[in-house]
Amino acid sequence: MSILVIGEHDNAALRPSTLNVVTAAKALGSDIDVLIAGSDCRGAADEAATIAGITRVLKADDAALLDGLAENMAPLVKSLAGNYSHVLAPATTYGKNLLPRAAAILDVQQISDISGIESEDTFVRPIYAGNAMATVRSNDALKLITVRTTSFEASEFGGGAPVEDISGGINAQLSTFAGEELTRSERPELTTADIIVSGGRGMQSSENFSMLETLADKLGAAVGASRAAVDAGYVPNDYQVGQTGKVVAPNVYIAVGISGAIQHLAGMKDSKIIVAINKDEEAPIFQVADYGWVADLFEAIPQLEATLGSNAS
Amino acid sequence: MKVLVPIKRVIDANIKVRVKADNSGVELNNVKMAMNPFCEIAVEEAIRMREAGTADEVIVVAVGPSQSQETLRTGLAMGADRAILIETDPIPEPLAIAKLLKAVAEKEDPGIIILGKQAIDGDNNQTGQMLAGLLNWSIGSFVSKLSVEGPTVKVTREVDGGLENIELVAPAVITVDLRLNEPRYASLPNIMKAKKKPLDTHTPEELGIDVSPRLEVLRVLEPPGRAAGIRVNSADELVEKLRNEAKVI
Ligand SMILES: Cc1cc2nc3c(=O)[nH]c(=O)nc-3n(C[C@H](O)[C@H](O)[C@H](O)COP(=O)(O)OP(=O)(O)OC[C@H]3O[C@@H](n4cnc5c(N)ncnc54)[C@H](O)[C@@H]3O)c2cc1C
Repeated sequence: MSILVIGEHDNAALRPSTLNVVTAAKALGSDIDVLIAGSDCRGAADEAATIAGITRVLKADDAALLDGLAENMAPLVKSLAGNYSHVLAPATTYGKNLLPRAAAILDVQQISDISGIESEDTFVRPIYAGNAMATVRSNDALKLITVRTTSFEASEFGGGAPVEDISGGINAQLSTFAGEELTRSERPELTTADIIVSGGRGMQSSENFSMLETLADKLGAAVGASRAAVDAGYVPNDYQVGQTGKVVAPNVYIAVGISGAIQHLAGMKDSKIIVAINKDEEAPIFQVADYGWVADLFEAIPQLEATLGSNAS
Repeated sequence: MKVLVPIKRVIDANIKVRVKADNSGVELNNVKMAMNPFCEIAVEEAIRMREAGTADEVIVVAVGPSQSQETLRTGLAMGADRAILIETDPIPEPLAIAKLLKAVAEKEDPGIIILGKQAIDGDNNQTGQMLAGLLNWSIGSFVSKLSVEGPTVKVTREVDGGLENIELVAPAVITVDLRLNEPRYASLPNIMKAKKKPLDTHTPEELGIDVSPRLEVLRVLEPPGRAAGIRVNSADELVEKLRNEAKVI
């Protein structure tokens, strides 16, 4: 088995999703290369080289790869794939955008969002918003796979793999990057946070959402949201947790004013501890909560803050 | 410009899915089916483009069993002009669907193809990206804003870090996210009218596409369950449990 991991990065630094994908790769074999394709991406490549247990880093440094556009990246992945038995990418918006295009031009049926590995050709993946788990065997000689990052631990740093330069991508001239509006936050990132405080339609406004932010800061937590809260404009889209948003699995997920629709549960029910605060004792979220508190959130949240503030750990 | 909108028939999003007792899949018999919610958004966007004058024909395409005609009729009732069914049972894998859609695109020559970003049954999130790859067209995935300006398609994409703007060279494939629009309901008169709109049926053989599966589903199981825990009645109690029982804060 030789495995190519498509590293996710912003040229300067590695994104943590890469570390989870490397762990999945280790379940398949020990010959693991990490591709860092970008422009001026030495920072990310050097960081990737320190992931423990990988063979080498392949660095493709080319202006056409600056923004990770799938049209320019997919031919590069195709040109490398012949050397590998498996090509893995994170099931993040980056990997989901890129890998199916590479799979199509390689004539491979991709396996999406795997949460388990049974053997070199057999994988477990959630379907129907996680209401069923399918075990699938691939009959393609080459396997292209996106990996659910929360299902695999992050690999440690501490290695020293060589970085090899490879020739870069082509500019397909089909698309151009025209700017981004990234949500800036000092808080931990949702997908890697230990604690998440998440709000739903019950928050009623973006002003009220700031209550959750204060609480999150007391706990060192990230802030998430249901689709209803995002649709209502209380918070930006990248806060959304669920079937069609982010999948998270923190130590504690505190759901505030969230009813617990299956599409929301799909994104958080692998959390270690789930806390639900909801004024409706029939809300389905209580069926999955380890600690359920039937309360009006506008009373409960200030009380919680006061309690945490008065005997800080 | 023609707009092609591939749509899928899936279990209704409000239905609780049940795994079959023999673990071969999920129960689809006597279950309410509907158009995949993301596909409704794609159809809506295409119709709005025609209403705004950027498009002159909206064609809905479904790959699936004959019952997919109902889904196509729903698309026609929303306002699509005509429909194409590629009849296959079962519904093939995303790669095969993308190949079938490529064959349709080559015949119809649309300026833009709009699809849902994922279907809520397989949750694969592949078909649009694959189709764009096979056609060697530009791709705008997970789109929450779309405008066609001459030969350029401007999109805003929902990505993990926030929003990203991309300019695509047409023809383009677009996969839509939830917040692009709010799909309309078909009115009764439009449902009646839709019955008379053209619906052509083809087969994969006619299109010369091999749809045999590459993946074998060995089993489908219930996910590990989560039992409901305990109720707490105050902030003090909750914090005490989180600190001393769960030891997570
Ligand atoms: C195709 C598709 C994909 C979807 N993807 C996602 C997804 O990725 N993520 C997602 O979250 N949803 C998703 N949804 C939407 C999902 O079905 C639900 O509509 C959504 O999760 C509901 O959000 P909510 O719980 O915030 O709102 P609601 O269901 O309206 O619940 C609000 C809750 O707040 C409680 N509440 C109100 N006021 C108070 C108060 N003062 N104090 C305490 N509690 C209060 C109420 O009792 C209620 O339980 C998707 C739906 C579809 C069809």
